[in-house]
Amino acid sequence: MEPLLTRYVREPNAFTLDFYLRHQGYEGFRKALAMTPDEVIEAVKASGLRGRGGAGFPTGMKWQFVDKKSPNPKYIACNADESEPGTFKDHLLMERNPHLLIEGCAIGCYAIGAKIAYIYVRGEFLHVQEVLERAIAEAYARGFLGRNVLGSGFDCDVYVHRGAGAYEAGEETALLESLEGKRAQPRNKPPFPAVVGLYNCPTAVNNVETLSNVPLILLNGAEWFAGLGPEKNGGPKLYCVSGHVRRPGVYEASMKITLRELIEGHAGGVREGRTLKAVIPGGSSVPCLLPDQLDTQASFDGIQKAGSLLGSAGIVVLDDTTCMVWLAENLLHFYRHESCGKCTPCREGTDWLHKILRRIEGGGGQLRDLDLLSSISGNVAGKTLCAFGDAAVTPVLTTLKHFRHEYEAHIREGRCTLPAPWRATRALEGVH
Amino acid sequence: MSFHPKMAYDATFQKSARPLEDEGPAFVYTPANRARFDEIVRRYPPDRRRSAVLPALYLAQQQQGYITANAIRHVAGLVGITRAEVEDVVSFYTMFYTKPVGTFVLQVCRTLSCALNGAERVTEELSAKIGIPPGQTDPSGTFTLLEVECLGACDRAPVVMVNDAWHENVKPGDAARLVDDLRSRGEAALSGCHHVIEQKR
Ligand SMILES: Cc1cc2nc3c(=O)[nH]c(=O)nc-3n(C[C@H](O)[C@H](O)[C@H](O)COP(=O)(O)O)c2cc1C
Ligand code: SF4
Ligand code: FES
Repeated sequence: MEPLLTRYVREPNAFTLDFYLRHQGYEGFRKALAMTPDEVIEAVKASGLRGRGGAGFPTGMKWQFVDKKSPNPKYIACNADESEPGTFKDHLLMERNPHLLIEGCAIGCYAIGAKIAYIYVRGEFLHVQEVLERAIAEAYARGFLGRNVLGSGFDCDVYVHRGAGAYEAGEETALLESLEGKRAQPRNKPPFPAVVGLYNCPTAVNNVETLSNVPLILLNGAEWFAGLGPEKNGGPKLYCVSGHVRRPGVYEASMKITLRELIEGHAGGVREGRTLKAVIPGGSSVPCLLPDQLDTQASFDGIQKAGSLLGSAGIVVLDDTTCMVWLAENLLHFYRHESCGKCTPCREGTDWLHKILRRIEGGGGQLRDLDLLSSISGNVAGKTLCAFGDAAVTPVLTTLKHFRHEYEAHIREGRCTLPAPWRATRALEGVH
Repeated sequence: MSFHPKMAYDATFQKSARPLEDEGPAFVYTPANRARFDEIVRRYPPDRRRSAVLPALYLAQQQQGYITANAIRHVAGLVGITRAEVEDVVSFYTMFYTKPVGTFVLQVCRTLSCALNGAERVTEELSAKIGIPPGQTDPSGTFTLLEVECLGACDRAPVVMVNDAWHENVKPGDAARLVDDLRSRGEAALSGCHHVIEQKR
């Protein structure tokens, strides 16, 4: 498939409005303005577009759930928090093709009856924020945003809001809390944001890549979009390949592609003399797949059938130098640090898990620690306020399931049995 | 039988246990920052000034280098919430500093993809070169070395953030030179390397 979202990202001026307008920029928006908002939602529904933020929920349906009868204003909150380890696609889209996202926001606003879209950009993306702000100013100057857009009578404002370093701000209700100027801690659901969202008003929370697909649907038609991928997995998809591969990067493909084509074809496979050990196909929060599963179709449904999730499409490739106990310890350090602390199983459980993993990796583990890991994981998964809890225990459960022998070897030998040269030479210190 | 082990809770785990270093000098925005704040706050509904608390804190941190109790008082007054509510926010987000940091804050990403490509070694080399463990500022106040979680640039691993700029594909062997270059040439040593890599790809 020809790249659609990332077609022009290597062009030096791809981020300017002039360039964008020369390549059918804002034409999808013009088409949308000539339709009724309901027709726009119908088109997005028919396209089969599914959310690219992690859950794969149909976008058209999400927009339809927005409570249109509410007397309150409606909002779009674009999720540009992109903090899932292994994920770096939204960053590329915003930095090199910001107008596509702005156009998507404007169409989304029109469809759900909103006048304001906030793009919540993670704090570390300062350079991205600058590009977006410049692009938004250009769009205002040429009448694509502001009052009475393109003479249609429709008003639309798009603003950038900068986060300040919190993975949990990517969870949709935590994002809304953060936008309201509070700690990024999630709310109870239901009510869902579509009914009670930002400032208690109906809100659609959509990922950057999701919104960037919307102009394509309007421009080329829902049927065309759906036909790009396998059934129920329409449109182009961005894959982030990183870890032990020759050519890490963002690759755009139809979801008909297999993991093998992505990893061995696009990313050049593992490095000289190395063999593949495992693949994490959808960001750090999903179970890993083994080398014999590489022919899995990299679609939402294909990867789910193989026992994992497409998630954020952050594909982390691990070669035979990777110690899986170390991997679990590395990721639990992340989850322990990022737990927002609102609910006890997650706040305490991630800390316990990390300490036990550290102990095993450092050589001080005992066999009964393995039961302890399973037990704690079981008391976190499904017992927390948001999906973070399930995500956090996944690295533990998936490594225990497939690589239990490595845990046992650590415990038996009293040391890490696979200390790769790319690891630290210092001994493991206490938790910092 | 209970599986649950006895675990010591160290102070560093409590995210809330980050006391504000000092009251700091008297704090008000410079006129330029005040104007910038007034512009930002207009992005939110008039009865939702609280939404501007993160941008307001960034402005304070830009002006003074870190967040003091006096800065919190100023921000609280401007966005119309209590000081406790502002402190609540400051203590939650990792990008606000509550004590002075070095001229150059080096933040090495330690999460999976960077670690797989040698980030632990980069931290070790930086630490040896500057002479401080991660989490500290050197006595001259030039460098602060921090380990941070995934920066969203895992394809250019390992990534080191130098203040607000990204420095990518850092090899352990490059660490010492990076420190020297920053000392002698300041941020110019980075010369937009992020964008250079972007164009070459
Ligand atoms: C802990 C956690 C972190 C998340 N982080 C992100 C993120 O960084 N970016 C994102 O787009 N979605 C993230 N999500 C998913 C969002 O909650 C939400 O499903 C998504 O923004 C919806 O947009 P979509 O329908 O376009 O995918 C996260 C979810 C959880 C539970
Ligand atoms: S599961 Fe974790 S991240 Fe989610 S609300 Fe509970 S403590 Fe916060
Ligand atoms: S793991 Fe370092 S940037 Fe993602």
